[in-house]
Amino acid sequence: MRDVAIIGVGETQIGELWNKSLREIGIEAGLKALKDAGLEGDEVEKLYVGNMSAGKLIDQEHIAPLIADYAGISGVPSTRIESGSASGGMALAEGYKAVASGMEDIVVVGGAEKMTDVGEQEAKEILSSTNDQEWETVFGATFESLYAMIARYHMEKYGTTKDQLAQVAVKNHANAAKNPNAQYPRETTKDFVKNAPMVADPLGMFDCAPISDGGAAVVLCPAEQAESFEGDPVEIVSIGQGGDYMAVHERKDICTMKSTKHAAKKAYQRSKLDPEDIDFAEVHDNYTITEIMAIEDLGFFEKGQGGPATEKGKTELNSEISINTSGGLKAKGRPVGAVGLNQAVEAVIQLRGEAGERQVDDPEYGLLHNIGGTGASAIVHILRRWS
Amino acid sequence: MPIPRFWREIEQRYKGIGSRCKNCGEIYFPPRKVCPECRRESFQNMEEYELEGTGEVVTYTEIHEPHQEFEMLSPYILAIVEMDEGVRLTGHLVNVDYDEVESGMRVEASMRKLGEESPKGLIYYGYKFWPIDD
Repeated sequence: MRDVAIIGVGETQIGELWNKSLREIGIEAGLKALKDAGLEGDEVEKLYVGNMSAGKLIDQEHIAPLIADYAGISGVPSTRIESGSASGGMALAEGYKAVASGMEDIVVVGGAEKMTDVGEQEAKEILSSTNDQEWETVFGATFESLYAMIARYHMEKYGTTKDQLAQVAVKNHANAAKNPNAQYPRETTKDFVKNAPMVADPLGMFDCAPISDGGAAVVLCPAEQAESFEGDPVEIVSIGQGGDYMAVHERKDICTMKSTKHAAKKAYQRSKLDPEDIDFAEVHDNYTITEIMAIEDLGFFEKGQGGPATEKGKTELNSEISINTSGGLKAKGRPVGAVGLNQAVEAVIQLRGEAGERQVDDPEYGLLHNIGGTGASAIVHILRRWS
Repeated sequence: MPIPRFWREIEQRYKGIGSRCKNCGEIYFPPRKVCPECRRESFQNMEEYELEGTGEVVTYTEIHEPHQEFEMLSPYILAIVEMDEGVRLTGHLVNVDYDEVESGMRVEASMRKLGEESPKGLIYYGYKFWPIDD
């Protein structure tokens, strides 16, 4: 296995990009990443594209060669990776493995999703297709309702409160206010979050990440070659992947994500790091409860302490551990199959010290956490500042 | 949902027929061809098992933004129920006000209409839950 570096990153604005198609979004992210790395494009040996649902959202499958074609690299081998909302993170993991194995040297991993070509109702139903359709959705479950039932269970088991859930949204909006690419770059208040229209009790509209268009991309190469390119490198020190039962009701403890715990354990083992070594993390916060579970299951706080830790400000920028400095899925946005790469872009910006107003003080390690659906798949990456 | 996809599972949806691993005795619903605990030893060694239909609420929510097919029912209550045999299911909870629902509440499953393909099309049936005293 070879060490792997990220030598270029690129990202589009996240939001309702009415004037841009999926292919334009993918190309913009990819070309920005190539430019950042100082590459022309013909050096690229392989392209991976993370995308959850182009087939349903824009009626287009086979999108990896489509994006390669319109990016002007039509001969480059390309593959789309799908794992629900973890598609982006899983694509990054495939790119990492391709370079680490010695199979390829220069690999571009992009993520893109175009969600607003369908109405909001339809987009939400498509998100729900990562549920167990036959045993959850048919019986009336929406995507949000499954997280709502997880949230209630967490509240009853650990005393987590609606205030604590709301604080996740308040914090992530405060971070997004410092991120020019965010869909909602503005602050909000706990009262506003708590009084938002109910979606699935106890989750209101402001407990939920939005429907978004957007893309992000990174360029990977062997670490030993990283300094020969223009872009400032960052090392991927380890990855870990986990899985769980598909349906929430099958899980013995429905407010612990076994997939996240396993993915984190593997990533920590492979890097010989502990949760205490991590300076900041981009965690999957499709709903406020998901961030609270993530910071517990990743080992940053004891199980059940995610809510109180959030309420005490321990996850704010430059506190105990900075969580979702980008604004997260909640406020930076949720172009669903791309979010794992949006997370990677944020981590590279932070580790290069280029995050401006939202810069974490002198970070050495950043962790990325991306889950599919309600957590039946999870992927963790740990990144290190170049040294 | 396409007709064959629904038809394949009529037995399970209408009668609550799951499966039991003859190797370890664990019960599953929906039925599985392979027991996740015993794997190879359970293959072709699973038997049908009919659930009694009673259990208790594990967790629940009230849905205010449903999918289109359930819009007429909005808001409605959804619950995860642990059946007395130990398996858990997701379904509507009916015949009760939301503020009266609580975790641990005893419920019973009953066959109800879940939806329909079109006014003249296939009607989907499946289980819903309601509270019982026992």
